[in-house]
Amino acid sequence: MSEMTLESRMAGRSRPSVRSRSLAWIPFWLTGPAAVFFLVLLGMPLLMTLVLSFYTFDYTAGISETLTLSNYTDVLFDGYFHEIFLRTYEISLITTLCCVVLGAPEAYIIYRMRRPWRSICLLITLGPLLISVVVRTLGWVLLIGGNGLLSQFMQALGLAGTRGFSLMYTQTGVVIAMVHVLVPFMVISVWASLRKVDLSTGDAALSLGAKPFTVLRRVIFPQVLPGVLSGSLIIFALTASYFATPSIIGGRRLKVVATSVYDEYLSTMNWPLGASISIVLLVLNVVIVMSYSRWVERRFRRTLGEG
Amino acid sequence: MSVDSRRNGRAALAFHTLFMIFLLAPLVVVILVAFTPEGYLSYPTHGFSLRWFREILARPDFIKAFYQSLNLGLVSATLATVLSIPAALALARFRFTGREFLNGLFLSPLMIPHIVLGVAFLRFFSQIGIGGTFASLVFAHVVIIMPYTLRLVLAAVMGLDRETERAAISLGASPWTGFRRITLPQILPGVAGGWMLAFITSFDELTMTVFVASPGNTTLPVKMYNYIEQTIDPLLASVSTVIIVLTVAFMLVLDRFYGLDRVLSGKG
Repeated sequence: MSEMTLESRMAGRSRPSVRSRSLAWIPFWLTGPAAVFFLVLLGMPLLMTLVLSFYTFDYTAGISETLTLSNYTDVLFDGYFHEIFLRTYEISLITTLCCVVLGAPEAYIIYRMRRPWRSICLLITLGPLLISVVVRTLGWVLLIGGNGLLSQFMQALGLAGTRGFSLMYTQTGVVIAMVHVLVPFMVISVWASLRKVDLSTGDAALSLGAKPFTVLRRVIFPQVLPGVLSGSLIIFALTASYFATPSIIGGRRLKVVATSVYDEYLSTMNWPLGASISIVLLVLNVVIVMSYSRWVERRFRRTLGEG
Repeated sequence: MSVDSRRNGRAALAFHTLFMIFLLAPLVVVILVAFTPEGYLSYPTHGFSLRWFREILARPDFIKAFYQSLNLGLVSATLATVLSIPAALALARFRFTGREFLNGLFLSPLMIPHIVLGVAFLRFFSQIGIGGTFASLVFAHVVIIMPYTLRLVLAAVMGLDRETERAAISLGASPWTGFRRITLPQILPGVAGGWMLAFITSFDELTMTVFVASPGNTTLPVKMYNYIEQTIDPLLASVSTVIIVLTVAFMLVLDRFYGLDRVLSGKG
Protein backbone atom coordinates (compact mmCIF):
# COMPACT_ATOMS: atom_id res chain seq x y z
CA MET A 1 0.00 0.00 0.00
CA SER A 2 2.72 2.46 1.03
CA GLU A 3 4.51 1.61 -2.19
CA MET A 4 1.49 2.71 -4.17
CA THR A 5 1.09 6.05 -2.41
CA LEU A 6 4.77 6.73 -2.89
CA GLU A 7 4.43 6.01 -6.58
CA SER A 8 1.49 8.32 -6.97
CA ARG A 9 3.31 11.07 -5.11
CA MET A 10 6.32 10.66 -7.39
CA ALA A 11 4.04 10.60 -10.38
CA GLY A 12 2.44 13.82 -9.22
CA ARG A 13 5.75 15.53 -8.84
CA SER A 14 7.16 14.48 -12.18
CA ARG A 15 3.99 15.34 -14.06
CA PRO A 16 4.97 16.73 -17.43
CA SER A 17 4.35 20.44 -17.74
CA VAL A 18 3.35 20.13 -21.39
CA ARG A 19 -0.38 19.51 -21.56
CA SER A 20 -0.90 18.96 -25.25
CA ARG A 21 -3.65 16.60 -26.26
CA SER A 22 -1.34 14.08 -27.90
CA LEU A 23 0.80 13.79 -24.78
CA ALA A 24 -2.24 12.94 -22.68
CA TRP A 25 -2.58 9.72 -24.65
CA ILE A 26 0.97 8.56 -24.01
CA PRO A 27 0.30 6.65 -20.75
CA PHE A 28 -2.57 4.79 -22.44
CA TRP A 29 -0.36 3.78 -25.35
CA LEU A 30 2.34 2.66 -22.95
CA THR A 31 0.08 0.62 -20.67
CA GLY A 32 -2.25 -0.47 -23.47
CA PRO A 33 -0.59 -3.74 -24.50
CA ALA A 34 -0.25 -4.98 -20.91
CA ALA A 35 -3.76 -3.82 -20.02
CA VAL A 36 -5.36 -5.60 -22.98
CA PHE A 37 -3.29 -8.69 -22.25
CA PHE A 38 -4.43 -8.76 -18.62
CA LEU A 39 -8.08 -7.94 -19.25
CA VAL A 40 -8.34 -10.72 -21.82
CA LEU A 41 -6.09 -13.33 -20.22
CA LEU A 42 -6.91 -12.73 -16.58
CA GLY A 43 -10.35 -11.15 -16.62
CA MET A 44 -11.96 -13.54 -19.09
CA PRO A 45 -10.76 -16.80 -17.49
CA LEU A 46 -11.87 -15.69 -14.02
CA LEU A 47 -15.22 -14.53 -15.33
CA MET A 48 -15.75 -17.79 -17.19
CA THR A 49 -14.89 -19.77 -14.06
CA LEU A 50 -17.39 -17.73 -12.07
CA VAL A 51 -20.07 -18.56 -14.64
CA LEU A 52 -18.97 -22.19 -14.75
CA SER A 53 -19.44 -22.47 -10.98
CA PHE A 54 -23.20 -21.93 -11.49
CA TYR A 55 -23.55 -24.61 -14.17
CA THR A 56 -25.08 -28.02 -13.55
CA PHE A 57 -23.04 -31.20 -13.63
CA ASP A 58 -24.34 -34.68 -14.18
CA TYR A 59 -22.15 -37.80 -14.19
CA THR A 60 -23.72 -39.13 -17.39
CA ALA A 61 -24.62 -35.92 -19.22
CA GLY A 62 -21.59 -33.88 -18.14
CA ILE A 63 -21.71 -30.10 -17.85
CA SER A 64 -24.94 -28.37 -18.85
CA GLU A 65 -25.56 -24.65 -18.95
CA THR A 66 -28.56 -24.78 -16.62
CA LEU A 67 -27.87 -22.37 -13.80
CA THR A 68 -27.94 -23.68 -10.25
CA LEU A 69 -26.77 -22.75 -6.79
CA SER A 70 -26.28 -26.35 -5.73
CA ASN A 71 -22.49 -26.29 -6.18
CA TYR A 72 -22.22 -23.49 -3.66
CA THR A 73 -24.69 -25.06 -1.22
CA ASP A 74 -22.56 -28.23 -1.43
CA VAL A 75 -19.34 -26.37 -0.69
CA LEU A 76 -20.78 -24.12 2.00
CA PHE A 77 -23.04 -26.52 3.87
CA ASP A 78 -21.63 -30.02 3.36
CA GLY A 79 -19.68 -31.46 6.30
CA TYR A 80 -17.20 -33.04 3.86
CA PHE A 81 -16.10 -29.63 2.58
CA HIS A 82 -16.21 -28.07 6.06
CA GLU A 83 -13.65 -30.65 7.11
CA ILE A 84 -11.42 -29.87 4.12
CA PHE A 85 -11.59 -26.10 4.64
CA LEU A 86 -11.03 -26.40 8.40
CA ARG A 87 -8.06 -28.70 7.88
CA THR A 88 -6.58 -26.33 5.29
CA TYR A 89 -6.80 -23.29 7.55
CA GLU A 90 -5.57 -25.29 10.55
CA ILE A 91 -2.48 -26.31 8.55
CA SER A 92 -2.03 -22.69 7.43
CA LEU A 93 -2.23 -21.38 10.98
CA ILE A 94 0.22 -23.92 12.42
CA THR A 95 2.62 -23.43 9.49
CA THR A 96 2.49 -19.65 9.94
CA LEU A 97 3.18 -19.89 13.68
CA CYS A 98 6.10 -22.25 13.12
CA CYS A 99 7.51 -19.88 10.49
CA VAL A 100 7.30 -16.98 12.96
CA VAL A 101 9.00 -18.96 15.72
CA LEU A 102 11.77 -20.21 13.42
CA GLY A 103 12.14 -17.47 10.83
CA ALA A 104 12.06 -14.31 12.95
CA PRO A 105 14.90 -15.30 15.34
CA GLU A 106 16.91 -16.68 12.43
CA ALA A 107 16.66 -13.38 10.54
CA TYR A 108 17.91 -11.57 13.64
CA ILE A 109 20.79 -14.01 14.15
CA ILE A 110 21.92 -13.71 10.53
CA TYR A 111 21.58 -9.94 10.72
CA ARG A 112 24.03 -9.81 13.62
CA MET A 113 26.67 -11.90 11.83
CA ARG A 114 29.91 -10.52 10.46
CA ARG A 115 30.62 -9.92 6.80
CA PRO A 116 31.24 -13.09 4.85
CA TRP A 117 29.01 -15.30 7.01
CA ARG A 118 26.15 -12.91 6.87
CA SER A 119 25.75 -13.01 3.10
CA ILE A 120 26.53 -16.73 2.92
CA CYS A 121 23.85 -17.60 5.47
CA LEU A 122 21.36 -15.27 3.84
CA LEU A 123 22.04 -16.96 0.50
CA ILE A 124 21.53 -20.42 2.04
CA THR A 125 18.28 -19.29 3.63
CA LEU A 126 16.78 -17.54 0.62
CA GLY A 127 18.24 -19.79 -2.07
CA PRO A 128 15.72 -22.62 -1.58
CA LEU A 129 12.96 -20.22 -2.70
CA LEU A 130 14.37 -20.51 -6.20
CA ILE A 131 14.59 -24.31 -6.17
CA SER A 132 11.57 -26.13 -7.53
CA VAL A 133 8.98 -26.99 -4.87
CA VAL A 134 8.72 -30.48 -6.32
CA VAL A 135 12.42 -31.05 -5.61
CA ARG A 136 12.19 -29.72 -2.05
CA THR A 137 9.11 -31.78 -1.30
CA LEU A 138 10.78 -34.87 -2.75
CA GLY A 139 13.57 -34.30 -0.21
CA TRP A 140 11.03 -34.42 2.59
CA VAL A 141 9.47 -37.59 1.21
CA LEU A 142 12.92 -39.19 1.41
CA LEU A 143 13.42 -37.88 4.96
CA ILE A 144 10.08 -38.61 6.58
CA GLY A 145 8.81 -41.48 4.43
CA GLY A 146 8.48 -45.14 5.39
CA ASN A 147 12.15 -46.10 5.45
CA GLY A 148 13.38 -42.52 5.65
CA LEU A 149 16.30 -41.10 7.57
CA LEU A 150 14.07 -39.79 10.36
CA SER A 151 12.63 -43.25 10.89
CA GLN A 152 16.11 -44.85 10.91
CA PHE A 153 17.35 -42.19 13.29
CA MET A 154 14.47 -42.74 15.68
CA GLN A 155 14.95 -46.51 15.48
CA ALA A 156 18.64 -46.10 16.29
CA LEU A 157 17.64 -44.09 19.34
CA GLY A 158 15.14 -46.80 20.24
CA LEU A 159 12.27 -44.33 20.02
CA ALA A 160 10.49 -46.11 17.21
CA GLY A 161 9.56 -49.77 16.94
CA THR A 162 11.47 -52.10 14.62
CA ARG A 163 8.94 -51.44 11.87
CA GLY A 164 9.92 -47.79 11.76
CA PHE A 165 7.44 -45.03 11.18
CA SER A 166 6.38 -42.61 8.53
CA LEU A 167 5.04 -39.09 8.56
CA MET A 168 3.72 -39.45 5.03
CA TYR A 169 -0.03 -38.75 4.73
CA THR A 170 -0.04 -37.04 8.13
CA GLN A 171 -0.74 -33.44 8.99
CA THR A 172 2.58 -33.22 10.87
CA GLY A 173 4.44 -34.27 7.73
CA VAL A 174 2.62 -31.70 5.60
CA VAL A 175 3.31 -28.93 8.15
CA ILE A 176 7.03 -29.77 8.39
CA ALA A 177 7.47 -29.64 4.62
CA MET A 178 5.31 -26.50 4.29
CA VAL A 179 7.39 -24.71 6.94
CA HIS A 180 10.52 -25.63 5.02
CA VAL A 181 9.07 -24.31 1.78
CA LEU A 182 7.76 -21.04 3.22
CA VAL A 183 10.03 -20.05 6.11
CA PRO A 184 12.38 -18.06 3.81
CA PHE A 185 9.50 -15.62 3.28
CA MET A 186 9.49 -14.89 7.01
CA VAL A 187 13.26 -14.42 7.10
CA ILE A 188 13.20 -12.00 4.18
CA SER A 189 10.25 -10.10 5.57
CA VAL A 190 11.84 -9.67 9.02
CA TRP A 191 15.16 -8.91 7.31
CA ALA A 192 13.54 -5.99 5.49
CA SER A 193 12.33 -4.53 8.82
CA LEU A 194 15.67 -5.15 10.51
CA ARG A 195 17.37 -2.99 7.91
CA LYS A 196 15.33 -0.06 9.16
CA VAL A 197 16.10 -0.82 12.84
CA ASP A 198 18.87 1.04 14.59
CA LEU A 199 20.63 -1.75 16.49
CA SER A 200 22.24 0.82 18.76
CA THR A 201 18.87 1.23 20.51
CA GLY A 202 19.51 -2.31 21.78
CA ASP A 203 23.02 -1.35 22.91
CA ALA A 204 21.56 1.65 24.70
CA ALA A 205 19.09 -0.53 26.58
CA LEU A 206 21.88 -2.98 27.45
CA SER A 207 24.12 -0.25 28.77
CA LEU A 208 21.24 1.04 30.86
CA GLY A 209 21.13 -2.38 32.54
CA ALA A 210 18.43 -4.28 30.65
CA LYS A 211 18.88 -8.06 30.37
CA PRO A 212 19.56 -9.35 26.82
CA PHE A 213 16.19 -11.10 26.68
CA THR A 214 14.40 -7.93 27.80
CA VAL A 215 16.19 -6.00 25.05
CA LEU A 216 15.01 -8.54 22.52
CA ARG A 217 11.43 -8.47 23.77
CA ARG A 218 10.99 -4.77 24.51
CA VAL A 219 13.34 -3.06 22.04
CA ILE A 220 14.08 -5.23 19.00
CA PHE A 221 10.86 -7.23 18.63
CA PRO A 222 8.46 -4.23 18.53
CA GLN A 223 10.60 -2.72 15.79
CA VAL A 224 10.50 -5.81 13.57
CA LEU A 225 6.84 -6.57 14.28
CA PRO A 226 5.69 -5.09 10.96
CA GLY A 227 7.98 -7.55 9.18
CA VAL A 228 6.66 -10.46 11.24
CA LEU A 229 3.07 -9.46 10.49
CA SER A 230 3.52 -9.02 6.76
CA GLY A 231 5.54 -12.25 6.52
CA SER A 232 2.76 -14.07 8.38
CA LEU A 233 0.16 -12.82 5.93
CA ILE A 234 2.16 -13.98 2.91
CA ILE A 235 2.77 -17.39 4.47
CA PHE A 236 -0.81 -17.88 5.66
CA ALA A 237 -2.29 -16.94 2.29
CA LEU A 238 0.18 -19.12 0.36
CA THR A 239 -0.32 -22.16 2.61
CA ALA A 240 -4.10 -21.91 2.38
CA SER A 241 -3.95 -22.39 -1.37
CA TYR A 242 -0.79 -24.52 -1.64
CA PHE A 243 -0.96 -27.51 -3.90
CA ALA A 244 2.33 -29.33 -4.49
CA THR A 245 3.38 -30.14 -0.94
CA PRO A 246 0.00 -31.19 0.49
CA SER A 247 -0.60 -33.20 -2.65
CA ILE A 248 2.68 -35.13 -2.56
CA ILE A 249 2.95 -35.56 1.23
CA GLY A 250 -0.72 -35.48 2.26
CA GLY A 251 -1.92 -37.49 -0.72
CA ARG A 252 -5.58 -38.36 -1.16
CA ARG A 253 -5.91 -39.29 2.49
CA LEU A 254 -5.30 -35.76 3.73
CA LYS A 255 -7.20 -33.53 1.35
CA VAL A 256 -6.85 -29.76 1.46
CA VAL A 257 -8.77 -27.20 -0.60
CA ALA A 258 -6.24 -27.05 -3.44
CA THR A 259 -5.98 -30.83 -3.82
CA SER A 260 -9.76 -31.20 -3.74
CA VAL A 261 -10.03 -28.65 -6.57
CA TYR A 262 -7.47 -30.70 -8.51
CA ASP A 263 -9.43 -33.91 -7.91
CA GLU A 264 -12.74 -32.37 -8.95
CA TYR A 265 -11.20 -31.12 -12.18
CA LEU A 266 -8.91 -33.96 -13.21
CA SER A 267 -10.35 -37.10 -11.54
CA THR A 268 -14.09 -36.63 -10.97
CA MET A 269 -14.32 -34.20 -13.90
CA ASN A 270 -16.97 -32.24 -11.99
CA TRP A 271 -15.71 -28.87 -13.20
CA PRO A 272 -18.63 -26.77 -11.91
CA LEU A 273 -18.11 -28.05 -8.36
CA GLY A 274 -14.34 -27.54 -8.68
CA ALA A 275 -14.98 -24.02 -9.97
CA SER A 276 -17.19 -23.16 -7.00
CA ILE A 277 -14.58 -24.51 -4.54
CA SER A 278 -11.94 -22.32 -6.17
CA ILE A 279 -14.20 -19.25 -6.17
CA VAL A 280 -14.85 -19.78 -2.44
CA LEU A 281 -11.10 -20.17 -1.88
CA LEU A 282 -10.39 -17.00 -3.84
CA VAL A 283 -13.02 -14.98 -1.97
CA LEU A 284 -11.81 -16.24 1.42
CA ASN A 285 -8.23 -15.42 0.48
CA VAL A 286 -9.07 -11.88 -0.60
CA VAL A 287 -11.24 -11.29 2.49
CA ILE A 288 -8.51 -12.57 4.82
CA VAL A 289 -5.77 -10.52 3.15
CA MET A 290 -7.86 -7.33 3.08
CA SER A 291 -9.15 -7.53 6.65
CA TYR A 292 -5.75 -8.49 8.01
CA SER A 293 -4.05 -5.57 6.24
CA ARG A 294 -6.72 -3.21 7.52
CA TRP A 295 -6.31 -4.55 11.06
CA VAL A 296 -2.52 -4.15 10.91
CA GLU A 297 -2.79 -0.62 9.50
CA ARG A 298 -5.24 0.43 12.23
CA ARG A 299 -3.09 -1.11 14.91
CA PHE A 300 0.02 0.72 13.80
CA ARG A 301 -1.74 4.02 13.34
CA ARG A 302 -2.97 3.76 16.93
CA THR A 303 0.49 2.84 18.24
CA LEU A 304 2.05 5.72 16.36
CA GLY A 305 -0.66 8.08 17.54
CA GLU A 306 0.03 7.18 21.16
CA GLY A 307 3.77 7.45 20.67
CA MET B 1 32.71 -20.94 12.46
CA SER B 2 33.99 -17.45 12.84
CA VAL B 3 30.60 -15.89 13.22
CA ASP B 4 30.30 -12.93 15.50
CA SER B 5 30.25 -14.67 18.85
CA ARG B 6 30.47 -11.41 20.71
CA ARG B 7 26.94 -10.59 19.68
CA ASN B 8 25.38 -13.95 18.84
CA GLY B 9 25.29 -16.05 22.01
CA ARG B 10 25.87 -19.78 22.18
CA ALA B 11 22.15 -20.54 22.22
CA ALA B 12 21.66 -18.38 19.15
CA LEU B 13 24.39 -20.24 17.27
CA ALA B 14 22.93 -23.61 18.25
CA PHE B 15 19.54 -22.45 16.97
CA HIS B 16 21.18 -21.19 13.80
CA THR B 17 22.96 -24.51 13.20
CA LEU B 18 19.74 -26.48 13.62
CA PHE B 19 17.96 -24.07 11.29
CA MET B 20 20.62 -24.52 8.60
CA ILE B 21 20.40 -28.31 8.96
CA PHE B 22 16.62 -28.10 8.63
CA LEU B 23 16.93 -26.00 5.46
CA LEU B 24 19.61 -28.06 3.79
CA ALA B 25 18.70 -31.61 4.89
CA PRO B 26 16.09 -32.34 2.21
CA LEU B 27 18.34 -31.01 -0.55
CA VAL B 28 21.38 -32.93 0.70
CA VAL B 29 19.36 -36.15 0.97
CA VAL B 30 18.13 -35.78 -2.61
CA ILE B 31 21.70 -35.32 -3.84
CA LEU B 32 23.02 -38.30 -1.84
CA VAL B 33 20.28 -40.61 -3.05
CA ALA B 34 20.98 -39.60 -6.67
CA PHE B 35 24.39 -41.32 -6.52
CA THR B 36 23.09 -44.68 -5.37
CA PRO B 37 24.14 -47.74 -7.36
CA GLU B 38 20.99 -49.60 -6.27
CA GLY B 39 17.91 -49.97 -8.41
CA TYR B 40 15.64 -48.61 -5.68
CA LEU B 41 15.66 -45.83 -3.09
CA SER B 42 18.18 -46.60 -0.38
CA TYR B 43 20.24 -44.64 2.10
CA PRO B 44 22.70 -44.39 3.54
CA THR B 45 23.97 -45.45 0.15
CA HIS B 46 26.64 -48.13 -0.08
CA GLY B 47 28.86 -47.16 -2.92
CA PHE B 48 28.77 -44.48 -5.51
CA SER B 49 27.45 -44.61 -9.02
CA LEU B 50 26.45 -42.31 -11.84
CA ARG B 51 23.96 -44.92 -13.04
CA TRP B 52 20.90 -42.73 -12.41
CA PHE B 53 22.43 -39.77 -14.19
CA ARG B 54 23.01 -41.94 -17.25
CA GLU B 55 19.41 -43.07 -16.88
CA ILE B 56 18.25 -39.46 -17.44
CA LEU B 57 19.85 -39.52 -20.90
CA ALA B 58 17.81 -42.61 -21.69
CA ARG B 59 14.60 -40.75 -20.90
CA PRO B 60 13.75 -38.46 -23.84
CA ASP B 61 10.48 -37.49 -22.13
CA PHE B 62 12.39 -35.85 -19.26
CA ILE B 63 14.87 -34.20 -21.62
CA LYS B 64 12.01 -32.86 -23.73
CA ALA B 65 10.21 -31.53 -20.64
CA PHE B 66 13.41 -29.82 -19.54
CA TYR B 67 13.83 -28.03 -22.87
CA GLN B 68 10.18 -27.10 -22.87
CA SER B 69 10.50 -25.53 -19.42
CA LEU B 70 13.58 -23.68 -20.59
CA ASN B 71 11.84 -22.38 -23.73
CA LEU B 72 8.74 -21.45 -21.81
CA GLY B 73 10.78 -19.56 -19.21
CA LEU B 74 12.77 -17.68 -21.88
CA VAL B 75 9.77 -16.72 -23.99
CA SER B 76 7.40 -15.79 -21.17
CA ALA B 77 9.99 -13.88 -19.11
CA THR B 78 10.96 -11.89 -22.21
CA LEU B 79 7.35 -11.17 -23.14
CA ALA B 80 6.54 -10.13 -19.55
CA THR B 81 9.55 -7.79 -19.51
CA VAL B 82 8.65 -6.25 -22.85
CA LEU B 83 5.11 -5.56 -21.59
CA SER B 84 6.39 -4.29 -18.22
CA ILE B 85 8.86 -1.63 -19.40
CA PRO B 86 6.37 0.74 -21.09
CA ALA B 87 3.76 0.03 -18.41
CA ALA B 88 6.27 0.85 -15.66
CA LEU B 89 7.29 4.09 -17.42
CA ALA B 90 3.65 5.15 -17.65
CA LEU B 91 2.82 4.20 -14.06
CA ALA B 92 5.87 5.96 -12.67
CA ARG B 93 5.83 9.13 -14.73
CA PHE B 94 2.25 9.97 -15.58
CA ARG B 95 -0.86 10.60 -13.62
CA PHE B 96 -3.84 9.45 -15.65
CA THR B 97 -7.35 8.11 -15.28
CA GLY B 98 -7.29 4.44 -14.38
CA ARG B 99 -3.71 4.52 -13.14
CA GLU B 100 -4.52 2.99 -9.75
CA PHE B 101 -6.77 0.43 -11.41
CA LEU B 102 -4.05 -0.66 -13.83
CA ASN B 103 -1.47 -0.88 -11.07
CA GLY B 104 -3.84 -3.09 -9.07
CA LEU B 105 -4.68 -5.16 -12.17
CA PHE B 106 -1.04 -5.86 -13.01
CA LEU B 107 -0.19 -6.89 -9.43
CA SER B 108 -3.41 -8.86 -8.85
CA PRO B 109 -1.98 -12.27 -9.88
CA LEU B 110 0.00 -12.12 -6.62
CA MET B 111 -3.27 -12.17 -4.70
CA ILE B 112 -4.98 -14.91 -6.70
CA PRO B 113 -4.06 -18.47 -5.70
CA HIS B 114 -2.29 -20.31 -8.54
CA ILE B 115 -4.73 -23.19 -8.23
CA VAL B 116 -7.57 -20.77 -9.07
CA LEU B 117 -5.64 -19.35 -12.01
CA GLY B 118 -4.96 -22.91 -13.16
CA VAL B 119 -8.61 -23.93 -13.35
CA ALA B 120 -9.55 -20.57 -14.86
CA PHE B 121 -6.97 -20.96 -17.65
CA LEU B 122 -7.99 -24.58 -18.23
CA ARG B 123 -11.58 -23.51 -18.90
CA PHE B 124 -10.65 -20.43 -20.93
CA PHE B 125 -8.09 -22.09 -23.19
CA SER B 126 -10.24 -25.12 -23.88
CA GLN B 127 -13.23 -22.87 -24.69
CA ILE B 128 -11.28 -20.77 -27.20
CA GLY B 129 -9.69 -23.89 -28.68
CA ILE B 130 -6.01 -23.44 -27.80
CA GLY B 131 -5.95 -25.80 -24.81
CA GLY B 132 -2.66 -27.63 -24.29
CA THR B 133 -0.67 -25.60 -26.84
CA PHE B 134 2.69 -23.99 -26.14
CA ALA B 135 1.13 -20.57 -26.77
CA SER B 136 -1.41 -21.15 -24.01
CA LEU B 137 1.40 -22.02 -21.58
CA VAL B 138 3.18 -18.80 -22.51
CA PHE B 139 0.04 -16.68 -22.01
CA ALA B 140 -0.64 -18.24 -18.61
CA HIS B 141 2.96 -17.84 -17.46
CA VAL B 142 3.17 -14.20 -18.55
CA VAL B 143 0.15 -13.42 -16.36
CA ILE B 144 1.69 -14.94 -13.25
CA ILE B 145 5.23 -13.58 -13.70
CA MET B 146 4.46 -10.06 -14.87
CA PRO B 147 3.96 -8.73 -11.31
CA TYR B 148 7.61 -9.57 -10.63
CA THR B 149 9.05 -7.92 -13.73
CA LEU B 150 6.77 -4.91 -13.28
CA ARG B 151 7.78 -4.39 -9.65
CA LEU B 152 11.50 -4.51 -10.32
CA VAL B 153 11.31 -2.35 -13.45
CA LEU B 154 9.07 0.11 -11.60
CA ALA B 155 11.57 0.32 -8.73
CA ALA B 156 14.34 1.01 -11.26
CA VAL B 157 12.35 3.72 -13.07
CA MET B 158 11.45 5.43 -9.77
CA GLY B 159 15.07 5.61 -8.72
CA LEU B 160 15.98 7.33 -11.97
CA ASP B 161 17.29 10.81 -12.45
CA ARG B 162 15.23 12.24 -15.32
CA GLU B 163 17.43 15.25 -16.00
CA THR B 164 19.78 13.52 -18.45
CA GLU B 165 16.88 12.24 -20.53
CA ARG B 166 15.23 15.68 -20.50
CA ALA B 167 18.52 17.23 -21.52
CA ALA B 168 18.89 14.78 -24.40
CA ILE B 169 15.39 15.48 -25.63
CA SER B 170 15.81 19.25 -25.33
CA LEU B 171 18.97 18.91 -27.41
CA GLY B 172 16.89 17.36 -30.16
CA ALA B 173 16.88 13.64 -29.46
CA SER B 174 13.60 11.91 -30.20
CA PRO B 175 11.79 10.41 -27.16
CA TRP B 176 12.63 6.96 -28.52
CA THR B 177 16.34 7.79 -28.75
CA GLY B 178 16.18 9.34 -25.29
CA PHE B 179 14.66 6.15 -23.97
CA ARG B 180 17.00 3.81 -25.82
CA ARG B 181 20.25 5.70 -25.19
CA ILE B 182 19.62 7.23 -21.74
CA THR B 183 16.75 5.59 -19.81
CA LEU B 184 17.12 1.95 -20.83
CA PRO B 185 20.81 1.63 -19.95
CA GLN B 186 20.08 3.14 -16.52
CA ILE B 187 17.20 0.81 -15.67
CA LEU B 188 18.92 -2.23 -17.18
CA PRO B 189 19.90 -3.83 -13.82
CA GLY B 190 16.28 -3.70 -12.68
CA VAL B 191 15.09 -5.06 -16.02
CA ALA B 192 17.60 -7.91 -15.89
CA GLY B 193 16.80 -8.71 -12.26
CA GLY B 194 13.09 -8.78 -13.06
CA TRP B 195 13.67 -10.96 -16.09
CA MET B 196 15.69 -13.48 -14.09
CA LEU B 197 13.19 -13.66 -11.23
CA ALA B 198 10.41 -14.09 -13.80
CA PHE B 199 12.36 -16.80 -15.62
CA ILE B 200 13.01 -18.88 -12.50
CA THR B 201 9.41 -18.44 -11.31
CA SER B 202 8.16 -19.70 -14.66
CA PHE B 203 10.69 -22.54 -14.70
CA ASP B 204 9.54 -23.76 -11.25
CA GLU B 205 5.80 -23.21 -11.57
CA LEU B 206 3.73 -26.33 -10.96
CA THR B 207 0.31 -25.59 -9.47
CA MET B 208 -1.08 -23.55 -12.34
CA THR B 209 0.82 -25.33 -15.11
CA VAL B 210 -0.49 -28.75 -14.07
CA PHE B 211 -3.90 -27.64 -15.40
CA VAL B 212 -2.66 -25.99 -18.60
CA ALA B 213 -0.03 -28.48 -19.74
CA SER B 214 -0.85 -31.40 -22.02
CA PRO B 215 1.07 -34.63 -22.63
CA GLY B 216 2.58 -33.03 -25.74
CA ASN B 217 3.43 -29.75 -24.05
CA THR B 218 4.55 -30.46 -20.54
CA THR B 219 7.09 -28.81 -18.26
CA LEU B 220 9.72 -30.39 -16.08
CA PRO B 221 7.92 -29.73 -12.74
CA VAL B 222 4.68 -31.16 -14.14
CA LYS B 223 6.53 -34.16 -15.57
CA MET B 224 8.15 -34.80 -12.18
CA TYR B 225 4.89 -34.33 -10.30
CA ASN B 226 3.10 -36.85 -12.51
CA TYR B 227 6.02 -39.26 -12.09
CA ILE B 228 5.91 -38.93 -8.28
CA GLU B 229 2.20 -39.75 -8.39
CA GLN B 230 3.12 -43.12 -9.96
CA THR B 231 6.38 -44.09 -8.30
CA ILE B 232 9.37 -42.66 -6.47
CA ASP B 233 12.74 -43.99 -7.63
CA PRO B 234 16.32 -42.66 -7.76
CA LEU B 235 15.67 -41.21 -11.24
CA LEU B 236 13.69 -38.42 -9.55
CA ALA B 237 16.64 -37.78 -7.26
CA SER B 238 19.12 -37.52 -10.13
CA VAL B 239 16.84 -35.19 -12.12
CA SER B 240 16.37 -33.12 -8.96
CA THR B 241 20.12 -32.97 -8.42
CA VAL B 242 20.58 -31.55 -11.91
CA ILE B 243 17.88 -28.95 -11.15
CA ILE B 244 19.51 -28.06 -7.82
CA VAL B 245 22.94 -27.59 -9.41
CA LEU B 246 21.56 -25.45 -12.24
CA THR B 247 19.43 -23.37 -9.86
CA VAL B 248 22.36 -22.73 -7.51
CA ALA B 249 24.49 -21.55 -10.44
CA PHE B 250 21.66 -19.30 -11.60
CA MET B 251 21.19 -18.01 -8.05
CA LEU B 252 24.84 -17.06 -7.68
CA VAL B 253 24.66 -15.06 -10.93
CA LEU B 254 21.46 -13.37 -9.78
CA ASP B 255 23.01 -12.55 -6.40
CA ARG B 256 26.12 -11.04 -8.00
CA PHE B 257 24.06 -9.12 -10.46
CA TYR B 258 21.30 -7.72 -8.35
CA GLY B 259 21.40 -9.00 -4.75
CA LEU B 260 19.23 -11.95 -3.83
CA ASP B 261 17.51 -10.23 -0.91
CA ARG B 262 16.57 -7.29 -3.13
CA VAL B 263 15.10 -9.53 -5.82
CA LEU B 264 13.26 -11.82 -3.45
CA SER B 265 11.69 -9.15 -1.29
CA GLY B 266 9.65 -8.52 -4.42
CA LYS B 267 8.51 -12.12 -4.56
CA GLY B 268 6.06 -12.11 -1.64
